[in-house]
Amino acid sequence: MRRVSKITAACAVTAALALTATACGESSTGDSGSDNGDIKVGMAYDVGGRGDNSFNDSAARGLDKAKAELGVETKELTAKTGETPADREQRLSSLAEGGFNPVIGVGFAYKDAIDKVAAKYPKTTFGLVDSVSEAKNVDSIVFTEEQGSYLAGVAAALKSKDGKIGFIGGVDTPLIKKFAAGFQQGVKDTKPAASVTIQYLSTGTDFSGFGAPDKGKAAAKGMLDKGIDVIYAAAGGSGAGSIEAVAGKPGTWAIGVDSDQAKDPALSKYAGSILTSVVKNVDTGVYELVKSVKDGKPMTGTHTYSLAENGVSLTTTGGHVADIQAQLDAAKKKIVDGQIKVATTL
Amino acid sequence: MKKFDKERVLLAIAAPVLAIVAAFLITALVLAATGKEPFSAFGIMFDYGVKSDSQVYIINKATTYYLAGIAVAIGFRMNLFNIGVDGQYRLAAFFAAAVGGALTLPGIIQIPLIIVTAMIVGAMWAGVAGLLKTTRGVSEVVSTIMLNFIATAIIGYLLQPGRLGHLDAAGTKVATTPLPESSHFFEFPTTPTPIYGFVVVAAIAGIGYWFTLSRTRFGFDLRTVGQSETAASASGVNVKKMVVTSMLISGGMAGLIGMPTLLNDSYEFGGDFPVGIGFTGIAIALLGRNHPIGIALAAILWAFLERGGQQLEFENYDREIVGVMQGVIVLCVVIAYEVVRRYGVKRQQRQVGEKLAAQARSNDTTEVSA
Repeated sequence: MRRVSKITAACAVTAALALTATACGESSTGDSGSDNGDIKVGMAYDVGGRGDNSFNDSAARGLDKAKAELGVETKELTAKTGETPADREQRLSSLAEGGFNPVIGVGFAYKDAIDKVAAKYPKTTFGLVDSVSEAKNVDSIVFTEEQGSYLAGVAAALKSKDGKIGFIGGVDTPLIKKFAAGFQQGVKDTKPAASVTIQYLSTGTDFSGFGAPDKGKAAAKGMLDKGIDVIYAAAGGSGAGSIEAVAGKPGTWAIGVDSDQAKDPALSKYAGSILTSVVKNVDTGVYELVKSVKDGKPMTGTHTYSLAENGVSLTTTGGHVADIQAQLDAAKKKIVDGQIKVATTL
Repeated sequence: MKKFDKERVLLAIAAPVLAIVAAFLITALVLAATGKEPFSAFGIMFDYGVKSDSQVYIINKATTYYLAGIAVAIGFRMNLFNIGVDGQYRLAAFFAAAVGGALTLPGIIQIPLIIVTAMIVGAMWAGVAGLLKTTRGVSEVVSTIMLNFIATAIIGYLLQPGRLGHLDAAGTKVATTPLPESSHFFEFPTTPTPIYGFVVVAAIAGIGYWFTLSRTRFGFDLRTVGQSETAASASGVNVKKMVVTSMLISGGMAGLIGMPTLLNDSYEFGGDFPVGIGFTGIAIALLGRNHPIGIALAAILWAFLERGGQQLEFENYDREIVGVMQGVIVLCVVIAYEVVRRYGVKRQQRQVGEKLAAQARSNDTTEVSA
């Protein structure tokens, strides 16, 4: 009896498997979306998605602006942790197949997926934030994070009392190292004797450092205890913890990242301690791409949003940098004119 | 017990059916609570999940999940909780990718070399936990979790430009050197996307698992240790040796988890290599009741849910709903099997009791008549 039931089960399963394996039936991507002239924007966010108070949210702002001003339809999908490149490819394909154009991948993780999908859908315009794709129908949206961070370094050096400055990176990815490199150079160029302590919250493929305010807080506390009085955190959601720690010690400054964190509803209570924020205008890049598609002249190729066109910038909320604005403007001019070349690697 | 026991068959079917019905009801309640109509959601998932490209996706995903389930199940059968499958497969895939990227040998040599590298690295990493348990009595639960973190740190250290990593042109992604074309594993050319050839390896691993556990002396010893360590050592099994050996096998199997992705999809190990599949494997082993076919079904179900979930998100359902579904199913399966098992035990006791009573009665009557 036992054996027979086992064999029956095995047969049933094999049959079921065989049925599945033949991959019969129609494909889900059979019918292409209707082309009635309306612009439908497909957004594929990185892990965290809308509501991460940082990078993804910045892209979401651009999308919201496009929705409000250009009246486009939108669809937003979000990556999960533990995804394979095939998953990201699938997400972009289903958007392209659904008639969404442009389709925007937010984050460098979408690079390989966009390379492949863009070739399959040559009539769709793709956007890729934070990386560069060689495909013809892709608008690669990249930023000079190091330039914005350089200015933050100048501000930190001028505001620090004894030249002890800290940098907290979310994860030691090349992108975050760009922030660190620019920041360090800005500090050293302004005050050669100053020291920059660099710390990452997590390493390698462990991206938890982008979403752990507790780790950000602990790291900032450690730095404050060592006498560091200006801390720049480029750590996504973890930055909130760092700002909170800094706000707990009078006379010290925090520097925010990605959006104007002094205006962030959750962080505005610490606005008095937020010296400035290095803003990366992903929203501008997203909005411009959507607009170009709507106007019938889709942007393609690499677009670098640099300090020169305010693709990255320092905020002045609270007027904490008003006294050093002249030096900041001078540094900015030197970068824009090419007198200062900011390093992208440490 | 020769005759066909209808009730026993019913009991065997009851557990999975009970679990699935309960899981659907609970998920329907959750969906209703979010203000969505639950049955249209199931309809969307099913319609989308059976499309041809979904079938390919599900098989490819299930290949990875199956290997993860088997790796965890080997430990489970011996009462060893190898929580470190996650770190083992990541470390294994990383070193395998590094070795594969550094060499350009003919595929027939290089592909096995990459796979063997992965298995050895995975086995060694799991072996550390095995040795700690046998020599120092460290619980494998604690040591494997810690080893996960160490694996992350090792990868983080080595996956840097100038070490084993390379920066891409845009300066935002680090990855190992891509595998040469010759090291790409074969694919079944289905349309629109191919099925990973690695599904064959997964099937072989499943057969190997079944054969080893149920048809060899080693498998018997392993299950015996799992059921009772004292009984096993009393009957001459070297429990310590078994612990280390099964950790090594579990780790070696874990080494295979990253291979479908590495050899059939990404061809490199970068910052975007999937993480956390080891933990999915735990859920799948639980769901599949450590049985080679059960694990296969669980892996397919899991992949199906993820596939259907993508479409749910597309149709404006909350994307978290699939995670809820998966969690609910695992809990329901564990609970349903326990409920059915208890009922079965009770029923057996009752039957035995009745039989004994009947026997006693007949004894009484014979005594009286005598």
